[in-house]
Amino acid sequence: MFEIFGIPSAALFGQLLIGLINGSFYALLSLGLAVIFGMLNIINFSHGAQYMMGAFTAYLILQYSGLGYWPALIIAPIIVGFTGIIVERVFLQRLYKLDHLYGLLLTFGLALIFEGVARNYFGSAGLPYTVPESLRGGQNLGFMFLPNYRAWVIAASLVICIGTWFVIERTRLGAYLRAATENPTLVRAFGINVPRMITLTYGFGVALAAFAGVMAAPIYNVSPQMGSELIIVVFAVVVIGGMGSILGAIVTGFGLGVIEGLTKVFFPEASNTVIFVIMAIVLLVRPAGLFGRRA
Amino acid sequence: MKRMLGLTTLAVVLAGVANAQQINVKIGVLTDMSSLYADATGPGSVLAAKMAAADFMKDQPNVKVEVISGDHQNKADIGTQLANQWYDVEKVDMIADVPNSGVALAISQVTRDKNKVFVGSGPATSDLTGPKCSPNTVHWTYDTWMLANGTGKAVVKTGGDSWFFLTSDYAFGHALERDTMAVVEANGGKVLGKVRHPINTSDFSSFLLQAQSSKAKVIGLANAGGDTINSIKQASEFGIVKGGQSLAGLLVFATDVNALGLQTAQGLVLTETFYWDLNDSTRAWTKRWHAERNAAGKYPAMNQAGVYAGTLHYLKAVLALKSAADGKAVVAKMKEMPTDDPLFGKGTIRADGRKLHPAYLFEVKKPEESKYPGDFYKLRATIPADEAFRPLKEGNCPLVTG
Repeated sequence: MFEIFGIPSAALFGQLLIGLINGSFYALLSLGLAVIFGMLNIINFSHGAQYMMGAFTAYLILQYSGLGYWPALIIAPIIVGFTGIIVERVFLQRLYKLDHLYGLLLTFGLALIFEGVARNYFGSAGLPYTVPESLRGGQNLGFMFLPNYRAWVIAASLVICIGTWFVIERTRLGAYLRAATENPTLVRAFGINVPRMITLTYGFGVALAAFAGVMAAPIYNVSPQMGSELIIVVFAVVVIGGMGSILGAIVTGFGLGVIEGLTKVFFPEASNTVIFVIMAIVLLVRPAGLFGRRA
Repeated sequence: MKRMLGLTTLAVVLAGVANAQQINVKIGVLTDMSSLYADATGPGSVLAAKMAAADFMKDQPNVKVEVISGDHQNKADIGTQLANQWYDVEKVDMIADVPNSGVALAISQVTRDKNKVFVGSGPATSDLTGPKCSPNTVHWTYDTWMLANGTGKAVVKTGGDSWFFLTSDYAFGHALERDTMAVVEANGGKVLGKVRHPINTSDFSSFLLQAQSSKAKVIGLANAGGDTINSIKQASEFGIVKGGQSLAGLLVFATDVNALGLQTAQGLVLTETFYWDLNDSTRAWTKRWHAERNAAGKYPAMNQAGVYAGTLHYLKAVLALKSAADGKAVVAKMKEMPTDDPLFGKGTIRADGRKLHPAYLFEVKKPEESKYPGDFYKLRATIPADEAFRPLKEGNCPLVTG
């Protein structure tokens, strides 16, 4: 067995794979943020709270209807996405013409309210949620033990990320969306209902957050503050990737997951700062982010 | 005769004044109302203090106790500011609870400067009765030495003689790791390695993988709250326990077990000084707590029990002195009087401020063994009060060594 920088290669491969798994969550969450920012120009600060709502909805579905993980993976994003649509119709649509700051403050306020309500009803310690029966256990890869559930996380997140990228960048629907962002008046002149399209896009972005929440429920603590712990990192990912860039969000999500994983081996105490160090460097060198276009 | 009558009248009037002499006490519960420790302390602790005040005032109508509460947000500066304001402006006589060792050390100092009383139930660090001990502080429920001694010793004695630590990277985690390492090594075990993670980490798989490859028999979790829950949840996913290694949760509250669910938490060994289902009087108290807490599915943690018992004993000392003004004198009285309450039984408070009572080594039940909601633990061993806490001489408390 050979060594790299004093770390056995087996351990290193293991950490790389784990970084990829964490990257899957970063990618899923930053994808939703990028879609919302790219199409609506709203910095969705309630994304973390909506991720938390996804996990809580999965828990409530299990408690009150007995439906397990798989149905929840479909139902919870739909329910939470629908609440997103209400938020967009009632609040956000009034803010598109104003400065970014207004959207940011509104969604930040909403995030605090969502978290507070969850804490009031469920407390702060968290709720139990177990790995579904069909994904328990794992594979021994020789260099590490890979739980089946983690393998599923990587696969599902890759499919969702590539699918979303394809829809937005390569289909007619995506072309309408992008056109509507560039010039809504012109697109409306072609007979396309732009406000409805924007509403549905926000709903979709929120549903992505909720989907990530359900994916996280079996392995992370389901607590009201689960979103706010993660969202700061995810924002850094989006900034590094370039605000609003779909591909940037996906690639940096996975990439930073790997870098963070490696930091946990070489210098664990710095593992929660490394992403921000990278963010600072990227902003100095390329202010628009790695994949961003200059405004 | 007339003179006689006058004297009697005077005596009656004086007696009346003495009887009506009211003692006013104000207690501030300084706690975590909204973050990771809010379930094990927080609103449940405030309720516990109010219950103690109500119980005391029922028997002693001329003592008037008022309970206020505040959120220190786990920040030492906010906690200190609030404590200063309470002592100076609000005329608070005693501060109770204060989870988070970092904040508690700061509050202990402020309390000493103002000559008030601090009855700590939430903090873990054994330094509060060690090098940082104070004549104005009583440390009630538990501490890192007790946790290390209870869980650490039991695990080493049952064959877990090689350890790897997952440690929360701040004052509390370091103290818990230090105290546990000492116990492990003193009992013939050895420590193979450790990794320090930032507080509030959501993914532990990297750390768990390092622990796994260390081949240590026991992975000691020197962390708390959400961090402990995440480590245990993910250890079960990575098949750590199935692979022959075992987990030692060094600080696990009943609220954490509730959050994990028995399916994931089963078999975990832990040390606590209070469990709601321990005996008839703890059950009766929990029933009252439940009725007023009005939160379904929540069970009181040992910190909250400690707030109740600590407040009650404090009030007894104030009554004996007929005044809460001199904090140092009240604490001296608390140390002089034996303690007796429905939750921790009979006990004493030592010269360094350490409250002594038995500790219990519990094992989390399997789901099929749990008969009713909240039926979490089976008792593995009771550690008597004189063995549960650090011997007085080893603490290096200046109050003792002089």
